[in-house]
Amino acid sequence: MRILVIEDDREAARYMIRGLRESGHVVDHAEDGETGLMMACGGGYDTLVVDRMLPNLDGLSLVERLREAGNGTPVLFLSALGDVDDRVRGLKAGGDDYLAKPYAFSELLARIEALVRRRSPGEVETRLRVADLELDLLARTCTRSGTRIDLQPREFRLLEFLMRHAGHVVTRTMLLENVWEYHFDPQTNVIDVHMSRLRSKIDKNFDQPLLHTVRGAGYSLRAPD
Amino acid sequence: MRLTNLLNTTTFRLALIYLALFAVSVLALLGFIYWTTAGFMVRQSEETIAAEITGLAEQYRRTGLAGLTQVIIERSRNQRHSLYLLADSDRDPIAGNLNAWPEVETGPGGWLDFAYERAVGEQVETHSARARHLLLRGGLHLLVGRDISDRLEIDRLMRTSLAWALALTLGLGLFGGIIMSRNMMRRIEAINRTSHEIIEGDLSRRIPLRGSNDELDELARNLNAMLDRIEELMVAMRQVTDNIAHDMRSPLNRMRSRLELTLREPPSEEAYRSAIEQTVAEAEQLVHTFNALLGIAQLEARSDRDSMTEIDLAETVQDVVELYGPVAEDKGIRIDVVACESIVLPANRHLLSQAVANLIDNAIKYTPADGTLEIGTRKTGTWAEIVVADNGPGIPEADRERVQERFVRLEASRNSSGSGLGLSLVRAVTRFHGGTLTLEDNSPGLRARLHLPIRRLNQIAGDHK
Repeated sequence: MRILVIEDDREAARYMIRGLRESGHVVDHAEDGETGLMMACGGGYDTLVVDRMLPNLDGLSLVERLREAGNGTPVLFLSALGDVDDRVRGLKAGGDDYLAKPYAFSELLARIEALVRRRSPGEVETRLRVADLELDLLARTCTRSGTRIDLQPREFRLLEFLMRHAGHVVTRTMLLENVWEYHFDPQTNVIDVHMSRLRSKIDKNFDQPLLHTVRGAGYSLRAPD
Repeated sequence: MRLTNLLNTTTFRLALIYLALFAVSVLALLGFIYWTTAGFMVRQSEETIAAEITGLAEQYRRTGLAGLTQVIIERSRNQRHSLYLLADSDRDPIAGNLNAWPEVETGPGGWLDFAYERAVGEQVETHSARARHLLLRGGLHLLVGRDISDRLEIDRLMRTSLAWALALTLGLGLFGGIIMSRNMMRRIEAINRTSHEIIEGDLSRRIPLRGSNDELDELARNLNAMLDRIEELMVAMRQVTDNIAHDMRSPLNRMRSRLELTLREPPSEEAYRSAIEQTVAEAEQLVHTFNALLGIAQLEARSDRDSMTEIDLAETVQDVVELYGPVAEDKGIRIDVVACESIVLPANRHLLSQAVANLIDNAIKYTPADGTLEIGTRKTGTWAEIVVADNGPGIPEADRERVQERFVRLEASRNSSGSGLGLSLVRAVTRFHGGTLTLEDNSPGLRARLHLPIRRLNQIAGDHK
């Protein structure tokens, strides 16, 4: 996918762009707000990575103008301001996600890929399916190979999120933000414990595991090859 | 204190304005008194003169010149203050106690004022008089008057005393004004002096109170409270800086040493990978500590309450309990949630959840397997309470205050992970919401109580603690 990185810190941009290219994306780079806005308006990008503080035109104003112009390209804000309020301001201005610096590259990559998927919802789904695992969103039931699996409400939401991002990496923070709606970092590995519970429910009695731990990044739910 | 300074003070200007108003009123009052007393005397004597001269004219009509002369001679004899003169058409005296017709023109209404000479004992004094002149039939001139020397004297005395009274009033007023403004100015100068000392860097200075509980004392008290708060923030900031220096340097140093060491050793992919992985993990921990520190500092310095919404406390706590449930279960710890009635209060859900999460996290960390955690929410009057109680080792009473400080970790917890910022954050969040955090003995274990005021959201605006 085509990604535009608007970031004035050259060194940081260089690492980020290299990482994104290695992950198979086409990346352009703008070093200041005005150039960035022009390039973004030129269009054709699947997602924008925008630093909050930029020369000429700051990130917030850039995204506001972009949205005023009717451009709905998903935006991931990067910011050295990690306050909850800053996050809220970023989302209000039209951003779709917000990541505080310093971040892990795996986090950035997972979020960028999740943004693009979110953009194309298609019709409203009532049934999610990954291999033989099925989630009925209306009846709130889960089955695997026809066997009913009992899930707690939170486990259901957790699995739903994983299935919507099937085949991709989701990070612990993404889970915490989207399933629990918390924006803090619990020191203890609470997410891992929840994941191991879920894993024991959906994978334990079956031959092919669906839920995988991605080292140094997070988790991924995917159909066996 | 120079006079120009004094003139520039608000108090003195107010005093001057007040004084001017006061002087005008005193002047009006004294003028009224003067007009009623002195004026009354003048009017009364003029009325008597008018009555007397009419009577004498009547006498002349009835008894002729002889009769009038007789009466005038009689009246002149016993009188000291009354003046009579009957004169012929050439104004030569016929009878009366005036030696000669006064050498002044008769004014309007037949009134004339003049000076005459009068023998008192051996001496001759010049006296003032006011009289009425009536032209009688046959070209005769009749003059009836009063000696007004005494009255003029009284008049003069009165005017003098009125002038003195006015001067005294003004003098006292001015004096009072100066004293008052000096006093005021001295107190304000004390405030200014302290302010200057503080500006120059001595933040421990405080404005002296007089104990009079007046508005200046109130102002001083408020300024002092403000200074306390500023000092508190300054101290906190210094503490953060010190802490950062102390607690961030060692891991940074560790990171550098490890990388340097790896560089010096013979290159091996395995060693590189392991060193890099450890460094990344350590960097992550550093970022976490740094974020927590900044978060606490921001909470302590923040005054806006915009981020608060009405939340259900029980629900918020229940959500965090649910997040930690599996972790506790894995450790064999039971979590009992007690008496969770619905309590709606304004709070920042994100921050409050984090605080509760920190408390539960701590409790799970220190509670042995098969232990129990009790978590409850309660409402007493206008206060809500969150209680997190464990039956772990607890915290000795002497350390309970100290552990709420940044980076304070008790000896007992040295081996477990943690930044030493958990409780500091809980305390900062509680204070941010206008509440208090108390740590108690759960014999055995620790009981953390988080008191939060239940207010309406619009009550919080303008609230400053």
